[in-house]
Amino acid sequence: MTPKRKRRLLLVLLIVAGVSGAATLMMKALNENINLFYSPTQVAAGEAPRGHTFRLGGLVAEGSLKREANEGLTVNFEITDSAESITVAYTGILPDLFREGQGIVALGKLDNNGLFVADEVLAKHDENYMPPEVAEALEAGHKKGIEEMKAKEAAQVQGATQ
Amino acid sequence: MIPELGNFALMIALAITIIQGTLPLIGTQRGISNWMALARPAAQAQFFFLLLAIVLLGVSFVQDDFSVRYVATNSNTKLPLIYKVSAIWGGHEGSLLLWAFMLSLWGAAVTWFSKSLPFQLTSRALAVLGLVGIGFLLFLLLTSNPFDRLIPAAIDGRDLNPLLQDPGLAIHPPMLYMGYVGFAVPFAFVIAALIGGHLDATWARWSRPWTAAAWLFLTLGIGLGSWWAYYELGWGGWWFWDPVENASFMPWLMGTALLHSLAVTEKRGAFKVWTILLAIFTFSLSLLGTFLVRSGVLVSVHAFATDPARGVFILAFLGVVIGGSLALYAWRAPSIRGGGKFESVSRETLLLINNVLLVVATLTVLIGTIYPLILDALGLGKISVGPPYFDTVFVPIMLPMSFLIGVSAVVRWKADQLERVANKQKILLIVSMVIGLTLPFLIFGESSIQLSLSIAVALWIIVSMVADFLNRSTKRGKGFRDNIRNLSRSHIAMLVAHAGLGVFIIGVAFSNAFSVEKDVRMEPGTRIEAGNYTFHLDGLVRKQGPNYVTTEALVYVYNEDNEKVAALHPEKRLYTVQNMPMTEASIDEGVFRDLYVAMGEPIKGSNAWAMRVYYKPFIQWIWMGVLLMTLGGGLAATDPRYRRTAARAREL
Repeated sequence: MTPKRKRRLLLVLLIVAGVSGAATLMMKALNENINLFYSPTQVAAGEAPRGHTFRLGGLVAEGSLKREANEGLTVNFEITDSAESITVAYTGILPDLFREGQGIVALGKLDNNGLFVADEVLAKHDENYMPPEVAEALEAGHKKGIEEMKAKEAAQVQGATQ
Repeated sequence: MIPELGNFALMIALAITIIQGTLPLIGTQRGISNWMALARPAAQAQFFFLLLAIVLLGVSFVQDDFSVRYVATNSNTKLPLIYKVSAIWGGHEGSLLLWAFMLSLWGAAVTWFSKSLPFQLTSRALAVLGLVGIGFLLFLLLTSNPFDRLIPAAIDGRDLNPLLQDPGLAIHPPMLYMGYVGFAVPFAFVIAALIGGHLDATWARWSRPWTAAAWLFLTLGIGLGSWWAYYELGWGGWWFWDPVENASFMPWLMGTALLHSLAVTEKRGAFKVWTILLAIFTFSLSLLGTFLVRSGVLVSVHAFATDPARGVFILAFLGVVIGGSLALYAWRAPSIRGGGKFESVSRETLLLINNVLLVVATLTVLIGTIYPLILDALGLGKISVGPPYFDTVFVPIMLPMSFLIGVSAVVRWKADQLERVANKQKILLIVSMVIGLTLPFLIFGESSIQLSLSIAVALWIIVSMVADFLNRSTKRGKGFRDNIRNLSRSHIAMLVAHAGLGVFIIGVAFSNAFSVEKDVRMEPGTRIEAGNYTFHLDGLVRKQGPNYVTTEALVYVYNEDNEKVAALHPEKRLYTVQNMPMTEASIDEGVFRDLYVAMGEPIKGSNAWAMRVYYKPFIQWIWMGVLLMTLGGGLAATDPRYRRTAARAREL
């Protein structure tokens, strides 16, 4: 091999080794650190994985925020998409813009009792802002609510005619 | 009247920019020198009118002209004057105006400092800058005009986002944009050279100081942003791998690769094709960053716009710029001859490895950032990629690269012997490894493999740079002063910037490993221990600010010997106009530790507050490192060697 070819080969090998090494590492890390988003309706239907971190989003239900009376900093509140609600437990300091009625996203795991234990609660720094996932979840929840209502009405109408 | 003048200034600027972007280019193809000569005055005129526009927008802010929509949404009569000025770039429209202004400033700078360059090359490069400018000015005027009127006028403004009411953030966007936009200059020269077909050492030598200048502003801008996040957000973190942070970090990584690749192209004539690609990619990533941040596809403090038309416009623009320049590259690159040969042990090889690692690092960040966006766009589900992904991928790429930096100062161009380098550096390596592996135990009593390795590598970098400086400055035969004078400023720049990286790594490693973070419940009299310090909440007072009300706590901190070392005053403010609560953390900074207190929320039914109490060792080293890197960039950009070559070229 000529020195020039040798150099080229070295260069190519270096790049291939670097890129493939990094790609393996990346795929592994990516698989371990992807957090899927679920709406309260999906969680209630049992679609969310147990024991695996995911994101849950929706509105903080009015009147649901309760701080445990002990010395700690644990709070409980409900996240709702107007069709279903999921109870969330969080220990720590809530973000500045966390309020009842506000759209938020929480990152955490479901425990065996169906309680969502959050490690992180995100509320964005704009009071008019709605995370897009939450907006979609709300819309879906809303549609589901309307369908249920219609189904009920239809059933009642049917019942009345019979 | 003033907003109309501003609007008018923008339109004139666009007209001039269209001339700047077209006529000189046609002129260079057809050999019409009058048309080519238009580039220089057009670039200066564009700068003048955009400066006028930005000043007029500032006047509207200072005069509280709430008939301007942008002023009404980003200011308030009670807003302090300095934030009325910084509010110019506090929102979407204004920050784009700042972008366009910065671009024209770089263009004007090119006209001031390029007198020695071939007339044709400068004209072409200015025309390319003009073409980029047309895109941004059209975007401003068509979708995001900061001078749009609000009818009827608002009685008072909606106030600047309280997060942005901070001195650090007042200067963060201009610095960052100077950096982002600055990479347009090497890009423009690459495109100009590709069009002309002349890619020689002059082009590389000339691009180097400009790339260094853009790089130093970007470094400083990112550093300021992370410093702001640290003390203003009140979470005690300095980097969150937030998509918006990544958007600025990707051009930085690529720009760093470009900086190093340019050195090879200038000194040895090698890597030409590669350097061209890097210049194109660096600027493309700057544009991609602007797209990600400004189009509303990302969700963060930085994302203002949710108007889909804006996103589509930037995406189309991005497509034209990247597609166009890559097509030009594909057409012209085969005719470019490769330069100097080099052996497998040489500075060229080192820089090649550096480049590969930096590009791979950029790709990993890029994938982590846009993968969720792509999945979402294809309707395949909503995911987010957590910070652990970036930490896991980034450290293994950066550690070997940092290790190689330790030999960067001594390895020779073209060919070197492994033995010679090893002999020269082995004592330094052993010393820094021994100290690095034991230092964490000496200071903190514990360590981990990753921590010890990081510290060892950081020390290895710093020690090698200092040793190289001492070696070169105490060369025999001449005095210390003469030796220093003989050292090129670029070489000192390299030593300073690399040492800065070492300092930065020490800060990151120690603060990550040994920070103590406690979320606690405190009432007056409560004492909390964190990392050998005791935090004592003395009391709480309510106060009135110019556009907010606040609750201020007084926290005393005592050391192990029960001596008072700091009095901290964290605040919880409520900005009355937007009814927005804000946390003002209080920090006692030190070389070896920061003591940090931030207020959470009052606990109902008691006089207690939820508080964050942090002990952060060595965290200031992160920003000391950033400052050193910036200083290195400044030294590299102002190397008199470039001016000397310029002067020599003028004489010929």
